[in-house]
Amino acid sequence: MMQERLLELQEEALQKVTAASELKELNEVRVAYLGKKGPITEVLRGMGKLSAEERPKIGALANDVREAIASKIEEKQKALETAAVNAKLATETIDVTLPGRPVNKGNLHPLTRVVEEIEDLFIGMGYTVAEGPEVESDYYNFEALNLPKSHPARDMQDSFYITDEILMRTHTSPVQARTMKKHKGQGPVKIICPGKVYRRDNDDATHSHQFQQIEGLVIDENISMSDLKGTLDVFAKKVFGQDREIRLRPSFFPFTEPSVEVDISCKICGGKGCSVCKQTGWIEVLGAGIVHPNVLEMAGFDSKKYSGFAFGMGVERIAMLKYGVDDIRHFYTNDVRFLKQFNHHEA
Amino acid sequence: MFVSYKWLQDYVDLSGINATELADKITKSGIEVEGVEKKSEGLKGVVIGHVIEREQHPNADKLNKCQVDIGAENPVQIICGAPNVDKGQKVAVATVGAVLPGNFKIKKAKLRGEESHGMICSLQELGFESKLVSKDYATGIFVFPNDAEVGKDALEELGLSDEVLELGLTPNRSDALSMIGVAYEVGAILGRDVKWPAIEKAEAAEKASDYISVKVEAKEDNPIYTAKIIKDVKVGPSPLWMQTRLMSAGIRPHNNVVDITNYILLEYGQPLHAFDYDRFGSKEIVIRRAKDAEKIVTLDETERTLTPDHLVITNGIEPVAIAGVMGGADSEVKNDTTNIILESAYFAGTVVRKASKDHGLRSEASARFEKGVDPARVREAGERAAQLIAQYAGGTVLQGAAEVDELTMEPAVISITVEKINTLLGTDMTVTEVESIFKRLQFGVELDNETFTITVPTRRGDITIEADLVEEAARLYGYDNIPTTLPIGSATPGQLTDYQMKRRKARRTLEGAGLYQAVTYSLTSEEKASQFALEARESIRLAMPISEERSQLRLSIVPQLLEVVKYNNARQIDSLALYEIGSVFFKRDEQELPEEKEHVAGAMTGLWESHLWQGEKKSVDFFVAKGVIEALFDTLGLNDQINYRQAQINDMHPGRTAEVLLNGEVIGFIGQVHPTVQKDLDIKETYIFELSLKALAEAEVAPIAYQTIPRYPSTTRDIALVVDQATKAGDIQDIIEEAGGKLLKEVSIFDLYEGERMEEGKKSIAYSLKYFDPERTLTDEDITKAHEKVLEAVKEKAGAELRG
Repeated sequence: MMQERLLELQEEALQKVTAASELKELNEVRVAYLGKKGPITEVLRGMGKLSAEERPKIGALANDVREAIASKIEEKQKALETAAVNAKLATETIDVTLPGRPVNKGNLHPLTRVVEEIEDLFIGMGYTVAEGPEVESDYYNFEALNLPKSHPARDMQDSFYITDEILMRTHTSPVQARTMKKHKGQGPVKIICPGKVYRRDNDDATHSHQFQQIEGLVIDENISMSDLKGTLDVFAKKVFGQDREIRLRPSFFPFTEPSVEVDISCKICGGKGCSVCKQTGWIEVLGAGIVHPNVLEMAGFDSKKYSGFAFGMGVERIAMLKYGVDDIRHFYTNDVRFLKQFNHHEA
Repeated sequence: MFVSYKWLQDYVDLSGINATELADKITKSGIEVEGVEKKSEGLKGVVIGHVIEREQHPNADKLNKCQVDIGAENPVQIICGAPNVDKGQKVAVATVGAVLPGNFKIKKAKLRGEESHGMICSLQELGFESKLVSKDYATGIFVFPNDAEVGKDALEELGLSDEVLELGLTPNRSDALSMIGVAYEVGAILGRDVKWPAIEKAEAAEKASDYISVKVEAKEDNPIYTAKIIKDVKVGPSPLWMQTRLMSAGIRPHNNVVDITNYILLEYGQPLHAFDYDRFGSKEIVIRRAKDAEKIVTLDETERTLTPDHLVITNGIEPVAIAGVMGGADSEVKNDTTNIILESAYFAGTVVRKASKDHGLRSEASARFEKGVDPARVREAGERAAQLIAQYAGGTVLQGAAEVDELTMEPAVISITVEKINTLLGTDMTVTEVESIFKRLQFGVELDNETFTITVPTRRGDITIEADLVEEAARLYGYDNIPTTLPIGSATPGQLTDYQMKRRKARRTLEGAGLYQAVTYSLTSEEKASQFALEARESIRLAMPISEERSQLRLSIVPQLLEVVKYNNARQIDSLALYEIGSVFFKRDEQELPEEKEHVAGAMTGLWESHLWQGEKKSVDFFVAKGVIEALFDTLGLNDQINYRQAQINDMHPGRTAEVLLNGEVIGFIGQVHPTVQKDLDIKETYIFELSLKALAEAEVAPIAYQTIPRYPSTTRDIALVVDQATKAGDIQDIIEEAGGKLLKEVSIFDLYEGERMEEGKKSIAYSLKYFDPERTLTDEDITKAHEKVLEAVKEKAGAELRG
């Protein structure tokens, strides 16, 4: 009898558990069947009337029934809880395509970007970054660079003089002269010199009275034109791309001899000739040469023992070629729509 | 320098090499050919015609009806509007079907009822620049010499089918400012000889020196001066071939005498000048420095005032020419001139440059003297010109020349070894290769073992030292043949200096905070130069500014950044934040370089944060800007050394401006631009800062030393203090920090109340104080003890009461 009653209760309870659709309902089932006043407890109370043999059997059965109900309730509870959480989460659904909260983020000016890239390249090759004043003495800007006062390349009209002996530097080369002097005739010297320079030009699409240069100088024993060529090849490939080639053409600068003009193969046409390279396949990017013995001697280096190479380029020109900027004035107008474009790392 | 391909063949054999190939070779070996132009490209159908009839157009006053023989079966009728067209002329006729510059096609036409089968052309219509057209034909058609052959290609006859190479010469290569010089260059490139023009001397018995004498008073400026006399010339047009060669080189034909001097200038690179002997004013030529305020009317009919910086040719009384620059109007060769003094001389570059610059007269002649002509050609150029004048203008060349010749002309002799060349170039040239290069250049070559002794001809005045010879070797060997290597030598550490590193850190921090880097001009107007200047010092003015707008060196960066804000605001960009790192300049002694300091400045305006679809936005205010510089100080490890002090600064908002102090020294400021200034500039509310980056980067920074992560809990006590309105939160914080002792680890402000529930003139600031001891858990008594001290201190020093 008791056995049947227990199984009956189990059947009844499990049905109610299954039917329960809310946690509250389920709890009522738990209290009703498993509670101290529940029917199972009641059945167990009547166990005293049973024989010693039957008692453990019924006891065990009663426990099994309780466990079966409890485990079913637990199972159901989890299911109901999950459903409740899911239902709640469903109401929290957002549109993930809406934009995120903006993080303020500025970036480098394109000219600085180019300068830092070149600095880092040469730092990797053992160069240090040398800097000097933007207002220079005539001596360092010209004379120490083999441009004596009577030299035709020194026209007052082309430079911003402040007094007869002081001017806005017209190139970053005086930094080379100053650095060489500091070395007191002792090599090696390996420097890269970035900085602002000034020329007495009217501003237009291709001229700017203020612009930036970056120059390099290496002085050591046995430095040769082939070393210059190799160094510039590394430069061209890093800054303009691995498939670029360089070409050296003879030229003239007072502070180098021999002097060369350096072209890189045109990116647009790959050397076949196009409007960008004026049908030549080559684009002029910088000037370079073997340091003039006069320049070495003036800075205290023995030109019999030491030789060196120097190169210099306009940062604006590099940036214009690299990014396709068509008007030099953009660099100095600082239109935020312009500045913002130089914001990400390129391969 | 424009070089006619055809003309060049007079001096060097160009067989087997066309103009384009030649241009490429010249460029590769050192002189950049900037272009090769063939003017007749795309043109056709222009022939020489003979005007056999000309009559007035029946229906138009200004038109002529011409019958022109163009070598065809019948003459054609052409209506021509040129005022100078006339019967008998040989003219350039664009026939029906011809194509003229600008793809202008000639068709049969009817003009005022009369048929026209072509067009009689001016030189301009054929593509010549107006400035090159002889004044005789400037406003009409061009007339060929009488012996021109009817029906021949007019473009060919006018030299338009020639190819002209434009050489971009660097200042050292003045040797290539002549056809002969270019011939030497081409000869060296191709390994071919140079042919000089043959001069056939035919001189009269009469001596030039009987007609004129020469005296040089300024021998340094003028070591050699020769004057030849040509009698009985007849001034008229020069031969067409000469005119076309001049035009191809960019020189306008005038008359035979002037054209010949110009022709020799182009051929030899030696400028010449012809004076009218009868109008010279005396029988002596005296070359001297001009007297102060002396005057001359030059060929261009301009009166010029001279100074002793200028060298002049005089007739012993007054100047008749500015040496090497321009002749005087009085002694100019004119159509009625019959006797000529022909000057060929060497004038020093410096004195010619001075005069040409002072008078704004740059000519083909002055350009050559400035860069240095070959002194060895002075005499020969004069001889050749005299001969050509006799040939093309008639006349008799008198014997010899009146001259002063004190020229000491020593060619440079330079020794160099093959090893030196190879070491400097990184090449592996043989002795034979190097020898061949110097021989092709027609230098004097002596070889002893592996050492060359090179004698450099005077035409190459640019070559004076070993390195110059290395360059000659390099360019003729070919830069493409030089290997590609990297320097091998002692390794050097490549790195940024501490300062440079900090500058980069500053950039990264400001960018990370949302500011874009700007780069502006260092030169500005007087007014802006010192506006917002951190240090009230004198600014520096340029001696010769281009404009007032760019006349002074800046003392501060902010005014330039505000210009950028203005520019962007005017383009509907209301929100922006910028920074700039750059130098400012402070005047020192006149003789000294100015003091340059690197500053970092910023300008911020508009919305700082906006997340509009969530309805959030925050405009830039003082504390946003301050947060940015605090982040900068933090990156530089300076937060503990920085203080702020309320300040009054010109053009800044009087209540929203602070000076920034580094260890007690003012190194910058931050605040809002004064609303009046904002209004003047037409910009919105803008916050700015400018700091001495130099001071920040040079301040000593404590090294990073690890501190134990606390194992014991901390305790926080909050206090709200009622203080006078004027009391500074920062001052109270200082008091708290000082009084809190070792246990007080952190003080932060979490509330500020200035509302109506406060007593008049008071405000409440709430601080959160965090106490802890790394060694143990603090007891309530420990904390209370420390906290009591804090409360006493703020009461005593700042009159602060705990808010009830």
